[in-house]
Amino acid sequence: MTETKKTPLLDELEKGPWPSFVKEIKKAAAHNISSQDLLGQLELSYEDKKAHWKHGGLVGVMGYGGGVIGRYSDVPEQFPNIEMFHTIRLNQPSGWYYNTKALRQVCDVWEKYGSGLTNLHGATGDMVLLGTKTEYIQTIFDEVSNFEEHPMDLGGSGSNLRTPSCCAGPARCEFAMIDTLDLCHDLTNEFQDYLHRPMWPYKSKIKISGCPNDCVASIARSDISIQGTWRDDIKINQEAVREYVAGGFDINGMVISKCPTKCIAWDGNELTIDNANCTRCMHCINKMTKALRPGDDRGATILIGGKAPILQGAMMGWVIVPFMKLESGSGYEELKEFLEKVWEWWDENGKTRERLGELILRLGMRNFLRAIELEPIPQMVMAPRANPFFFWWPEETVQD
Amino acid sequence: MAQARTDIGPPLYKEMLPPIIKENYGKWQYHEIVKPGVLVHVSETGAKLYTVRAGSPRLISIYFIREICDLADKYCDGYLRFTSRHNVEFLLSDGSKVDALIAELTEKGVPVGGTGNSITNIVHTQGWVHCHTPATDASGIVKSVMDELFEYFTTMKLPAKLRISLACCLNMCGAVHCSDIAILGIHRTVPKIDHDTLHKVCEIPTLTASCPTAAIRPNPKLKSVEIKAERCMYCGNCYTMCPSVHIIDAKNDAVSIWVGGKISNSRIGPRFSRLAIPFLPNNPPRWPEVVNAVKHIVEVYAANAQPGERMAEWIERISWEKFFEVTGLQFTDKHIDDFTLAQTTFRSTTQFKW
Repeated sequence: MTETKKTPLLDELEKGPWPSFVKEIKKAAAHNISSQDLLGQLELSYEDKKAHWKHGGLVGVMGYGGGVIGRYSDVPEQFPNIEMFHTIRLNQPSGWYYNTKALRQVCDVWEKYGSGLTNLHGATGDMVLLGTKTEYIQTIFDEVSNFEEHPMDLGGSGSNLRTPSCCAGPARCEFAMIDTLDLCHDLTNEFQDYLHRPMWPYKSKIKISGCPNDCVASIARSDISIQGTWRDDIKINQEAVREYVAGGFDINGMVISKCPTKCIAWDGNELTIDNANCTRCMHCINKMTKALRPGDDRGATILIGGKAPILQGAMMGWVIVPFMKLESGSGYEELKEFLEKVWEWWDENGKTRERLGELILRLGMRNFLRAIELEPIPQMVMAPRANPFFFWWPEETVQD
Repeated sequence: MAQARTDIGPPLYKEMLPPIIKENYGKWQYHEIVKPGVLVHVSETGAKLYTVRAGSPRLISIYFIREICDLADKYCDGYLRFTSRHNVEFLLSDGSKVDALIAELTEKGVPVGGTGNSITNIVHTQGWVHCHTPATDASGIVKSVMDELFEYFTTMKLPAKLRISLACCLNMCGAVHCSDIAILGIHRTVPKIDHDTLHKVCEIPTLTASCPTAAIRPNPKLKSVEIKAERCMYCGNCYTMCPSVHIIDAKNDAVSIWVGGKISNSRIGPRFSRLAIPFLPNNPPRWPEVVNAVKHIVEVYAANAQPGERMAEWIERISWEKFFEVTGLQFTDKHIDDFTLAQTTFRSTTQFKW
């Protein structure tokens, strides 16, 4: 066993009231020599102010092209037990709900073959198991995928569909206007092949929020952001509104004056909403949960193009489909056809490492809309263009 | 030995839901925050589901997981969930058990909070723990910042919710660019090229194409590439494509701070975080400059924003020029955009404040 090294810098991070990741690594290190070496290498990073992992490394399980990320130490002579320290991504259940049996059986496998360290969860949503050797990867997958109850599959990595994720949904939230859990599970199963076998220009992410509060940050973190919304009138329980006010709630300060479209009014007895001018921002509903509820004509807005800065700068998703009905148990055929069209256009036209949003900017929204057969409508833009440099389709002008 | 099965999909969420949720799925009528860290959801059926939200360091051991499983078995019939911000949530159908659970969590050093007008778990990336391109560590800064801002996790005394996020390089695995406060690791120097290995391990056309500013061009003589320094803005994308282009520079890698982003559509819509501080040194193990800067911004915001105002709304009301004035942060040429669409951020009105 590698000699336990002193870690004076990291020990500083055991102090203070917030839970310490160093304590977690030490807990794992008490049982596991790779975690001991991880602690040593991290201390070295704290001394050197740089990471000590080599670039890249291809490892995987039979039949899959992603889900495992190779990681090798650049100082293996000092830390031989993390010469290989690969990540395994496991596809989480919708909404990150677990029973303890499901979690414990992953812990047991990870105790046998891994470092004992995890992320719950990674930024894309997967259960992330940090640190195993190449020789154990297949065994780990075979064991987790053969659990008698709650078998687990790999998540995505590389140029594929990344593991879709969603908010708490109708299981625990009164705002959910689509069944985010069912939709996430359905789409994940439908597109398994895209998830497990990288064949695209780059990664593509789907995140699903049940309402415009967007608790999974889908607009910023996913190429395809699906957010529940409604089209009809907000439901008002006038008695409950009066109870809020009678209880000292500052309805003018907290709700009326904060409505972005000034479409809500309170006359001291009745609350009225000019629904035609409401942009469904959720503020009034968030603040008066007992009195206001979204309408009954429910569906989702689909926004396309969100991503982090690499390559062309950070982008947020753009409204492409303002409203699509997504009823649970419907099979979601309209959405699936839409996704296939979007991915096909991107896959045909995208350059290596070009995300969907970047391709739309490069080739123009008009080309994208035509490819996916959608008519342009004002809901897609904040404002029409301010420059005269626009294109005409050949059929729109007289050709000699 | 078990046989390989593939494409089985994720575990079915329905098997992970406690009976009270199965019985009230889609029937929740409203929720209230009982006290910091405790939510109650009330169903049309009258059923009440209590949620106790706890902090976690994100990087956790199986021993931590087993401990929280023990608590879930004891108090929640074996059910729990995680949030998109790495919090642990215990789901209780019996409200009388809430305080005992909180007492046990507190005793184990697991704080309860993160609801309503609070700072909840900081979402973050891997940093030096497990990534090959980071400009800084992730878990260490987050731990240091949360130690200092702990009271804002366990209380709800801020004007509105405040979301802090950290990414250890511009790849932004956590996509932190729409956060009230984002902590972002940055490289600040042109990559050094290892000409001896480049042609053996990298594809030159892919490498040159990877540069968003076309700073990289082939150097056929060396069977390698060269980088036009004045065009490089250190994004590190070339390093991701080619291990012989070394972007990590321990002497210059640093931390930047961004403010005023948000995700939700509530009131003002989603918006990007904007640069507040372009450079703070990497100073492990406690990053005092970063911690102080974040704490300072939080405190100035808390003292000046109106009730209900997110960071972005506060800044929009007072203006960016006043933001720099009241925070005392220095405005530099780094704050003026010179990348794609820079002109959309220049001011074209005489309406500004002194």
